[in-house]
Amino acid sequence: MAQIFHPSTNTLSKVSIFGAVFFVGGFLWLMLVLERSSYVTQANVVREQPVAFSHRHHVGQLGIDCRYCHTSVEESAFAGIPATKTCMTCHSQIHTTAEILEPVRESWRSDRAIAWVRVNDLPDFVYFNHSIHLKKGIGCVTCHGPIQEMALTWRENPLEMAWCLQCHRNPEKFVRPRDQVFSTTWRAEDQEKLGAQLVQEYQIRKLTDCSICHR
Amino acid sequence: MSTMTDTPHLDLEAIRRRLNGKQGRQYWRCLEELAETPAFQQFVENEFAPGVVDYSSAVNRRNFLKFMGASLALAGLNACTRQPVEKIFPYVQPPEQIVPGKPVYFATAMVQRGFAQGLLVESHMGRPTKVEGNPDHPASLGATDIFAQASVLTLYDPDRAQVVTRAGRVSTWEAFLSEFNLKLEALREKQGAGLRVLTETVTSPTLADQLQRLQAAFPAAKWHQYEPTSRDHARAGAVLAFGEVVETHYRFDRAAVILALDADFLIDHPNSVRYAREFSSQRRVVDGEQKMNRLYMIESTPTLTGTMADHRWALPPAAVENVARAVAAECGIGSTPAALDSSQQKWIKAIADDLKAHRGAGMVIAGDNQPPVVHLLAHALNHALGNAGNTVVYTAPVEAAPVDQMASLRELVHDMNAGAVELLVMMGGNPVFAAPADLDFAGALARVGLRVQLSLHDDETAALCHWHIPESHYLESWSDARAFDGTVTIIQPLIAPLYNSKSAHEMLAVMLGQSGLTGYDCVREYWQKQHNAPDFETFWQVSVHDGVVANTALPLKSVSFTGQLPPPTETASSAGLAICFRPDPSVGDGRFANNGWLQELPKPLTKLTWDNAALLSPATAQRLKLQNEEVVELQYQGRTVKAPVWIMPGHPEETVTVHFGYGRSRGGQLASGTGFNAYALRTSAAPWFGHGLEIRKSGERHRLATSQMHHSMENRHLVRTGTLAEFVAHPEFVHEMGHEPAPEMTLYPEHKYEDNAWGMVIDLNACLGCNACTIACQSENNIAVVGKEQVLIGREMHWIRVDRYYEGDLDHPDTYHQPVPCMHCEKAPCEPVCPVGATVHSSEGLNDMVYNRCVGTRYCANNCPYKVRRFNFLLYSDFETPIVKLQRNPDVTVRSRGVMEKCTYCVQRINAARIEAKKEERAIADGEILTACQQVCPAQAIIFGNLNDPNSRVARLKKSPLNYGLLADLNTRPRTTYLARLRNPNPALAEEGSHA
Repeated sequence: MAQIFHPSTNTLSKVSIFGAVFFVGGFLWLMLVLERSSYVTQANVVREQPVAFSHRHHVGQLGIDCRYCHTSVEESAFAGIPATKTCMTCHSQIHTTAEILEPVRESWRSDRAIAWVRVNDLPDFVYFNHSIHLKKGIGCVTCHGPIQEMALTWRENPLEMAWCLQCHRNPEKFVRPRDQVFSTTWRAEDQEKLGAQLVQEYQIRKLTDCSICHR
Repeated sequence: MSTMTDTPHLDLEAIRRRLNGKQGRQYWRCLEELAETPAFQQFVENEFAPGVVDYSSAVNRRNFLKFMGASLALAGLNACTRQPVEKIFPYVQPPEQIVPGKPVYFATAMVQRGFAQGLLVESHMGRPTKVEGNPDHPASLGATDIFAQASVLTLYDPDRAQVVTRAGRVSTWEAFLSEFNLKLEALREKQGAGLRVLTETVTSPTLADQLQRLQAAFPAAKWHQYEPTSRDHARAGAVLAFGEVVETHYRFDRAAVILALDADFLIDHPNSVRYAREFSSQRRVVDGEQKMNRLYMIESTPTLTGTMADHRWALPPAAVENVARAVAAECGIGSTPAALDSSQQKWIKAIADDLKAHRGAGMVIAGDNQPPVVHLLAHALNHALGNAGNTVVYTAPVEAAPVDQMASLRELVHDMNAGAVELLVMMGGNPVFAAPADLDFAGALARVGLRVQLSLHDDETAALCHWHIPESHYLESWSDARAFDGTVTIIQPLIAPLYNSKSAHEMLAVMLGQSGLTGYDCVREYWQKQHNAPDFETFWQVSVHDGVVANTALPLKSVSFTGQLPPPTETASSAGLAICFRPDPSVGDGRFANNGWLQELPKPLTKLTWDNAALLSPATAQRLKLQNEEVVELQYQGRTVKAPVWIMPGHPEETVTVHFGYGRSRGGQLASGTGFNAYALRTSAAPWFGHGLEIRKSGERHRLATSQMHHSMENRHLVRTGTLAEFVAHPEFVHEMGHEPAPEMTLYPEHKYEDNAWGMVIDLNACLGCNACTIACQSENNIAVVGKEQVLIGREMHWIRVDRYYEGDLDHPDTYHQPVPCMHCEKAPCEPVCPVGATVHSSEGLNDMVYNRCVGTRYCANNCPYKVRRFNFLLYSDFETPIVKLQRNPDVTVRSRGVMEKCTYCVQRINAARIEAKKEERAIADGEILTACQQVCPAQAIIFGNLNDPNSRVARLKKSPLNYGLLADLNTRPRTTYLARLRNPNPALAEEGSHA
């Protein structure tokens, strides 16, 4: 009886057995890449907002302090999104007819909130507190990126736990003087030396207990 | 299922024999345990009541591989899900006080039985989420009872009435007004004849003022008050004793010897939260203190106050009067009643001697369910023994119009039956359900021309009314009310009404021709009149802010005892069983029947959930050959109700206790269909107890979901008890009850704690077993309700449970309570067994639970000797109903299916305090962090703090010789420890143990 399988199928079967390993491995690698891609993390993805608000203009060019709008950043977990009234303090005087600002004026007239799209969003099982990070010398731009250059705002970082832990494990690499936390331009001359000193001074510790962020 | 699907047949005689044969201290939790039934053994041995492990179909290899493949693929896909887009809605004009992300607290009060309990309510962005007690309020002192804790859930109850209805059909407030006003105009011409208003007990000055004005506008109208738990007997007793209605106030912090005549003053009293604080302050044996008060309890049904007693005497309800008379006679008042045997004589003499030895520092308190003559006897004793003016003081009545409520209701029903009522306005209450059966309120109601009800739920009464108006919850409306000492609280709302609801003030405003006046206007206008001064605005702001109106407590009143002791009444017919009516410990008089937290709360003594039962003693059960869960027909005065039986150790003989409040037929998904209706047996002539009950077997069974067998740690010196005398003579006796291994006997590395190391002490001497901690924890930590079916298989989710232990024989056991949260062990058995590191030790000693890591292996729960871990077998939390989500604490994750959870020592509160302290660059002060269970505790039995600070209260208590760890022999080194329970028995009765 003639052979059912041609000898070349031997090679084929060997390749497919080894190939399966690579296929599964490749699949897992693909998942891993996808998981960390900005498709999933939404990092560097510009969000469409009801008003095309430019941080580049307000922060970079006009130099308005972060806290003018994000008022609760020093006292609360939540930094705060400005009330329409905050916008209107200036825009009732300047650019009063600009079409781009119509949703703001509409909100002011109708007493209905502007529905901003959340840019930096953590999962619901993570409890982040802005106020303590500022107090411990973490600058706004450390996490939020070069906000002064964002014409439209995007999420600078993936906000995944591995990313958080970079700093929670080695705060000296990121910490800055308290008086520079709101600065968008400050750069350390020698971060390693300054960082180590500030970690001492600000008593930064106990950053990796699970219940610090999860509860 | 190896759960106890079939209730084991209990041979009570064999249990008695077994108990008698045991040596030494013997603690037990339930009859099944004593009977050592195989079903019970199996139940205890399984950490997880089955249900998840036994799939109905066998899984073969092929299916297994399919499932695994699918799970792997789906799990992978799951990781790729992006977070949904979320919107932020900032204010248009930001309010001044609110900082987004930070809770705000407002003072207000909840009214129960007419009296205010002062509260501070936590509000997150306008949503009230958690109720705390107001430390400045005299009836709270910072604590609350279970009902106040659970009231926030009622606010968000999806079953609340939401629209005005006319004969069950959706209508509008305007349509109501046009018909109502027409009727009122017609009645005005007749001076209001035919107009009746029915309320519950009123202490609100504004409401009383409105009702008075209504009376002036409609002189022939009548205002009736009825509350199922009215205090008619206390009022009548005061009239007998002093010739006038006075309110009696007890000062437990000054009393050394207390005789309670069927008075459950720690739980079932308008001032019980304060009384619990004062009472427990005299029972702490800490900081070198070696004195305790002594409580004698004579009671007709087992109560929590009875479990705190040093001597407890269980008697049928009608026999209490006899004992009271005998004690009085022993103290020189009246004559000794006949029919007392020598052992009873000995008791009475001992009690009387103790009271006489503590003149001015003793106290006799009668229960509201005992007839007026018992109150008269208590007053007589207090006056004769010099207690009046010292431990017992009097004020004018706090109620706006103290009336005999039963007579008031009877009069109303009489007028209704006579056709004399044209318009009946019912505000609050549910009389069709809760009125005594003999009055046939529903039948009388049908003869009323126009029936209007204002209430929270579309209940039994609403079904028979022409108009039903949704009532505003107390967290939605302005009002005011007096505390038990008279102090006024202005009740401010935390949130605008969720639905088109109205408050009683707004209804009365309509009747007074002030339609459109809001509750705020009514209350403010009233107080403007009371405080007509230029500084009114300041007065108003301060009063609302503080939650108390300064100097409004009623002044003490001196009374002179003029009572005459009537001769003993021959009990009409003491044949047959006695029946004892009490409000349900969990759902009250029925108004909380639709509250899931309260329904699932194990009742303090029976540990029943989702049901009530007919309670009777083991001996009576034996005589009648009754078993647990057997459904019987209770026949009383010609009316019959079917009820399941529950055998209650320590229950008086030949007496059956039924709790009213269950058996609702309307009023929400949870309310209807649970339990039986005991009101159907209650009569207006004898609302609290009577004789002539007959029990007939029905041959049916009704499954009762009791948690008393759940989470059993199997008796290993879990509660440690002794007497004060033992402790004084031998302070170390507690430690000799168990073995504690040396700290170095461990393979695991030691943890280092640099600044804080949290710990907790629970003082069993103070704990009343009231369950407030369980509800507070549920509210604070978003703990789900699971339902009766799940409780039956042991899956209730409470993070802190109160275990109840009995000691002694079946008929007169001593009862102990032990709240059990997570012990946060130093060497936690749960930690090393978690394969994914979802439960880990924190640098402050907490045993952290990381929900997002948990994959649900449940190894941790298997390895936990304390049985404090709870697993989400199903999706118990409601992620769908929008209104329910508003209640959730935003600082705590809402757990999903397949996740383990347990007590976290309220880590969200620790974190909040730590962040604030760090921002201010200081250490966390002692007492700055209160866990939810600690904050609510009326007896201050739970103390939490930093063990590294030698001056902290918790560190000092841990040094007490009474301090011991649960199962410390396992070398888990629990951070939660207990102070052993002491009793202070009268040496003259030592032979008798602590029971008759």
